[in-house]
Amino acid sequence: MSMPNANGREIFFGDAIKEALAEELRRDPTVFMLGEDIAEAGTTFKVLNGLVDEFGKDRILDTPISEPGFTGLAVGAAMTGLRPVVDIMFGDFSGLIMDQVANQAAKIHYMSGGKLKVPMVLRTTMGAGRRSAAQHSQSLHAWYSHIPGLKVVVPSTPYDAKGLMKSAIRDDNPVVILEDKMMYKTVKGYVPEEEYIIPIGVADIKREGSDITLIATSSMVYVALDAAKLLEEVGISAEVVDPRTLVPLDKQTLVESVKKTSRAIIIDEGYEQYGVTAELASVIADEAFYYLDAPVKRMGAMNVPIPFSPALEDLTIPNAKGVFEMAKSLCNK
Amino acid sequence: MAQVKTKKSESISTIDREQLLHMYEQMFKIRAFEEQVNELYQSAKMPGLAHLYIGEEAIAVGVCEALNKEDYITSTHRGHGHCLAKGASIDKMFAELLGKDAGYCHGKGGSMHIADQDTGNLGANAIVGGSSGIATGAAFASKRLGNGRVAVCFFGEGALGQGLVYESMNMAQLWKLPVIYVCENNLYNEYTHHSESTAGSMKARAEAFGILTVEVDGQNVREVHETAIKLVEHARKGEGPAFMLCNTYRYHGHHVGDIAREYYRPKEEELKWKNDNDPLKNLSSWLTENGLADAGIFEQIESTVSKEVEEAVNFALNAPFPAPEEVTNHVYA
Repeated sequence: MSMPNANGREIFFGDAIKEALAEELRRDPTVFMLGEDIAEAGTTFKVLNGLVDEFGKDRILDTPISEPGFTGLAVGAAMTGLRPVVDIMFGDFSGLIMDQVANQAAKIHYMSGGKLKVPMVLRTTMGAGRRSAAQHSQSLHAWYSHIPGLKVVVPSTPYDAKGLMKSAIRDDNPVVILEDKMMYKTVKGYVPEEEYIIPIGVADIKREGSDITLIATSSMVYVALDAAKLLEEVGISAEVVDPRTLVPLDKQTLVESVKKTSRAIIIDEGYEQYGVTAELASVIADEAFYYLDAPVKRMGAMNVPIPFSPALEDLTIPNAKGVFEMAKSLCNK
Repeated sequence: MAQVKTKKSESISTIDREQLLHMYEQMFKIRAFEEQVNELYQSAKMPGLAHLYIGEEAIAVGVCEALNKEDYITSTHRGHGHCLAKGASIDKMFAELLGKDAGYCHGKGGSMHIADQDTGNLGANAIVGGSSGIATGAAFASKRLGNGRVAVCFFGEGALGQGLVYESMNMAQLWKLPVIYVCENNLYNEYTHHSESTAGSMKARAEAFGILTVEVDGQNVREVHETAIKLVEHARKGEGPAFMLCNTYRYHGHHVGDIAREYYRPKEEELKWKNDNDPLKNLSSWLTENGLADAGIFEQIESTVSKEVEEAVNFALNAPFPAPEEVTNHVYA
């Protein structure tokens, strides 16, 4: 998969993340990373390979297998002068750390009446398709998005991942970044040599269109782009909008697109029930209702634990053909 | 510094008379504060509940008097004593408990979340054991930044049921962090005697990590303080964490509304602790017996503090509530 780009350097999604981390580690001595097997092993996905050579084991800190413990340690370190970047290997381990994230990190600024701050980044993964079964395949970004006090970032391109990671590290709030593990070494895209940041809270139109809006997050952006190509062949012009950050949410860009196209499908890899798609659909219903020519449709992961067998797993995640069929029916074609 | 002769063979050469009187004043201040809190509850002037520290004053005072202002503490739901002992002012404390804008956290935290960065108080925490990661992280930051600060993590013996505490201790010893875990064993996990919840030895749990572990009489402020001085020095010298088990007793119920307690502990037990092993009486008797103070001194301290408490509570009762727009302030930094 690759975002169209005429000129410039193209690098992988995982490398863009590593580049952002390296630049911020170089820029600010208070930034450090901690997590399981992140130093010499470079994470289980090898995303951080080589960072320990430049920054040493103190700043690329291998931890015990104690997710709540080292997440809590990061919260305390963030409150007292450091800027930790926590690596939680699989998003499925979110259950282990949720007290430290939802009850501690997210609330400390508010509970203290603004006196204390928690400038930390929590990186974790999402995305099925790796044949890793029910406890290593979930996309749990909705959990974090439910808690006031957290910012939640779900980048889809190397360019976005790098620019948003740099913003997240500089942010004075706890920021959760969910990276689709299937994109680390498959998605390549334009990333300029020169430094840049992308502000948190700004959506991006990944493809312009006029008949229907496909709002898609993370890897689902590529599902939507593929569907848009299929739709083009039958004369339907689809716009693909990537919120990029779920909290804060750039409602305006989403709503403006739907006002223009009058139809919307929301595609996200989290479970469909009570999920991100439901929240985004409510935004459209609230703010673009009178512009709609069709019901707002949602496509998320099936409401089942992610199964192991490829024959079953592939059924659980939205695909381009499904989006294409849904869009076609909404457009009465 | 005056050398104090003692009846027993204990050495208290590091604590002089003035300091002991100051500790008496601090303990009395906590008790008077808490008694006033109980009255506010009983007269329905205080929203919500509070967990009183009465009976355990020697621990907070003995430990905090061994710390510098810049050193960190984390506290618990039973945290008023820790906050006051670390230097919080009672007017802002009362204001916070009453939900007033003048409170430490603009009334957003309340009894269980008082934080005060000016006195190194990283916040009371209403998740049992929930601050052990934070305290350990603060110690991590101190070591990394080389600022010489020590972190003290207060918790009750109930927190020994939480995995986070052990994950934190493991990392603290592994990385030789300047953190002291102060376990206040007041015998009851809420409404349950620890013998029904805690297997084996409490001390052995910390000893298993190779952490320096001591057990003290939590009703004897001199012993608590002497021990704390040693552990703080140990931590400051970079020799790593310590675990301090303090045996104590909670005079009141789990919270102010826990009045009928006989189903979980007999009245005789409460009376025995109050009459025979009260931390304030223990210190005043010792000072008197050693000819270092007389009744007049204690009366003077008590009358000064009582007046201060009265003024502070009146200030808080008359202070305004936060403005409605404060509700959305400080969600994000």
